Amino acid sequence: MDTFQDTVFKLKRYWADRGAIIQEPYDVEVGAGTMCPETFLRVLGPKPYRVAYVQPSRRPADGRYGENPNRLYKHQQLQVILKPSPEDVLDQYLGSLAAIGIDLSKHDIKFEEDNWESPTLGAWGIGWQVMLDGLEITQFTYFQQCGGLDLDLVPAEITYGLERIVAFLQGVDSVYEIEWAPGFKYADVRFADELQFSIYNFEMANVDRLWRLLSEYEAECKELLKAYEKYPDKQRFPVLPAYDQVLKCSHVFNLLDARGAISVTERVGVIKRVRDLAVGTARLWMEQQQLAQEPEEAAA
Amino acid sequence: MNFLLEIGTEEIPHWMIPRAVEDIPATGSPWTGAQVEATPRRLVVLADLPERQADDVFEHQGPPVSAGQNAVQGFAKKYGVSVDQLRQVETAKGPYFQYREVVPGRPFIEVLVELIPDLIRNIYWPKTMYWTGGKAGPRFIRPIRWIVALLGGDVIPFEIAGVKSGNLTQGHRILGSSSIPVTTANYESELRKNFVILSAHQRREKIVTEAVQLGAKIDPDLLETLTYTTEYPTAIRGDFDRGYLELPAEVLTTVMKHHQKYFAVESGPGVLAPHFVAVMNTSGDPEGLVKKGNERVLRARFNDARFFWDVDQQKKLADRIEDLAHVTFQAKLGSYKEKTERVAALVKELGGNEHAQRAALLCKCDLTTEMVKEFTDLQGIVGGLYAKAQGEAEPVWRAIYEHYQPVSMEDSIPATAEGQIVALADKLDTLRGCFAVGLAPTGSKDPFALRRAAQGVVKILAEARLEYRLDELFSGALREFLLERMQYYFREVRGYKYDEVNAVFAAGTGTLADVQDRLAALAAIRPTENFEPLAASCKRIRNILKQAEFHANGAAVKSELLEAGPERDLADRLSGFVRAGETDYFKRLVAIATFRPQVDLFFDKVLVNAQDPNVRTNRLTLLSTLLREFSTIADFSEIVTSGDMK
Repeated sequence: MDTFQDTVFKLKRYWADRGAIIQEPYDVEVGAGTMCPETFLRVLGPKPYRVAYVQPSRRPADGRYGENPNRLYKHQQLQVILKPSPEDVLDQYLGSLAAIGIDLSKHDIKFEEDNWESPTLGAWGIGWQVMLDGLEITQFTYFQQCGGLDLDLVPAEITYGLERIVAFLQGVDSVYEIEWAPGFKYADVRFADELQFSIYNFEMANVDRLWRLLSEYEAECKELLKAYEKYPDKQRFPVLPAYDQVLKCSHVFNLLDARGAISVTERVGVIKRVRDLAVGTARLWMEQQQLAQEPEEAAA
Repeated sequence: MNFLLEIGTEEIPHWMIPRAVEDIPATGSPWTGAQVEATPRRLVVLADLPERQADDVFEHQGPPVSAGQNAVQGFAKKYGVSVDQLRQVETAKGPYFQYREVVPGRPFIEVLVELIPDLIRNIYWPKTMYWTGGKAGPRFIRPIRWIVALLGGDVIPFEIAGVKSGNLTQGHRILGSSSIPVTTANYESELRKNFVILSAHQRREKIVTEAVQLGAKIDPDLLETLTYTTEYPTAIRGDFDRGYLELPAEVLTTVMKHHQKYFAVESGPGVLAPHFVAVMNTSGDPEGLVKKGNERVLRARFNDARFFWDVDQQKKLADRIEDLAHVTFQAKLGSYKEKTERVAALVKELGGNEHAQRAALLCKCDLTTEMVKEFTDLQGIVGGLYAKAQGEAEPVWRAIYEHYQPVSMEDSIPATAEGQIVALADKLDTLRGCFAVGLAPTGSKDPFALRRAAQGVVKILAEARLEYRLDELFSGALREFLLERMQYYFREVRGYKYDEVNAVFAAGTGTLADVQDRLAALAAIRPTENFEPLAASCKRIRNILKQAEFHANGAAVKSELLEAGPERDLADRLSGFVRAGETDYFKRLVAIATFRPQVDLFFDKVLVNAQDPNVRTNRLTLLSTLLREFSTIADFSEIVTSGDMK
């Protein structure tokens, strides 16, 4: 039986063999692998790209103090971006399941419609949730728009829910029972942060300070976005740091939400504040990409 | 010649397939009457088409035979033929030259090459995507991956979305080959060998046969879903721990049907057994792995539900009202707490009893429970079950349980009086609120499902026979919107004729119960011999009053001004009728119809336009009083009679 990390190794190896860059997790808090710059920014623009990475994804409101066997404040996604999406993308995906030891001829696999949308990122796509013997194991999306921009090369995004897949492979009913490495269970590695972050997120995070942080990160981002126009060498302009501020805002928003601190009337407004930043950043990134493309084209 | 077109795609959402199948024959004339089949991965058109298009024949009339040589040669030259290729035809004006031009039909394959790409692009999908060539690229429901296009033994050559047509199909994703050469003759059997059952009918039959054998209770919606999510459906039965049967059946069924797409198994009518039937998209489960996997998922789902139930009981519904301040109802209309306050006030205003008022306060509280956050379809139902568990009185929990009803035209209205009033107030509040802030539905856009809410209001008012005056419930644009929904309801659901509905609504709308009674009376009298005299009298009186520009303004008939004979006879019949005070609308109409002889005599013998203005006014008053007696039931001039049709 493969451990949690064995399965991760195999998936990374599989996609590396198919030309993907293996990235490490992004080091700013995100709610999903999609939000990492390796997805959000890289899908924009005319450059092909292939990348796979595990991304611990934080969703403060989903925490259950380590008491629920299937729900986590922080879960691990294995995110794959294939830009543009190859014609045999679904076969490649099914191949990855075989690579982690799932004999598809003995199981039931279905692709059920599930379109994805993120109002905070101005992004949406068309796709499926992939069901294996009635269990949702993957979210598959053909991105159509990101940061409010139409995509030139439609990427396929494959997001594996690692805890679910490994619990299935190991035949355990609780994620905490998963064997992470020989002799170490998921609970040994992760229970403490599930418990402590649940307590912090739901009970102790300082709401006033979080609101101030949100404004500070937002101000930093806005200032950067504004500075772009007069910045002499566009290609050196720090768009990536501006995007980090967007992620910070998004995470603070999620914390405020978990604290129940965002009122009805505020909610839509705050989402829009974050989306405006995301869309603004995406636009600058796109422009930089196009500027970088022009000399290449001229040389060719 | 046999024609086969197969559009091979990635998995199409099941609910869109039947509509596409229905639409395809209408998208292109060559396959009117074609057979269309579909699975999630392929749309298939089978037809018998001619080898060539029919020849076009044009008969060009030339000069008369008697005309000179020059004229004939000129005519022949115009069409690039010689004179001996012309023929002579007899016409009324004598013999004429004619050139019969035959334009041979094109080989059909050439026509199809041009037509098919358009046909494919023209298939209607509720939502499409692009996947190649950027935003300007082709759009379809999901990426097209292969095309089979055959006419007789030939491939119809074309390209769409970068895919070239050919004779290679693909079998089942896992069990079949991914490259199968086919002919029009062996296509379906080759698919079958590769674990694809092309016919939806056959897939459906296979599911029903197997599932029923395993004890499934067949749910028609779920059956359709499964038919179009599988290419090779096979049913298996799984089990769950009997202990979960302690959870409400509503919760168990929702998890099984909506979340897991399983059929429930019953041990008796309405009694769940600890089993389920899943339909796989594969040929079997020899090692029991699929059964085990599905059981594991269901166990986790049921554990969640049990966990939600336990957690939710830690805070009673009544203690959750404040929490509703954090749940948005609609940005401009505030939170569900504010909605709750409005609905509770409205229930009181509508005369709801203590139980109804209590239910109104609690009915939205389940929106803050874990159970409803997870199983949103169960809102209301969960609230009702929790209220019951928390010791609320039966009328209270029942009203909460059923206050979203009716959810469709087919759904029944709440069974209890308390449920009816809370359901009515909830929907009415939504409608009033949305109309007030400019969110009335426009065209096909109705994001707040206001049509459904309005339909619910109409259904409850009509079927529960609630005695609220309509003009006290709504006004302005909302009134117009609801009147339109009411007429729709009486026509489409209750089956009354268009003009009957118009006639009754034109005569006024007090309460919907009253409208309903008048409609019933009108529809009942319409096929009888009594109908014609009513319609005729109505029309005649109406014309006279209109010509005289007369308005009774509440005046009464003055007995002393009545002339003996037909005028007094009619007045006597009328006052006798008024004194009798018949309240049943049908009997009233029958009684008025018997006035026919007096009415006819009155018109024959009495001059309404009398010299004496007082007498004239009195006669007009008499007629308008008579008209009022039955035109308040229905405006008969709205009824289409056989006379009107001529």
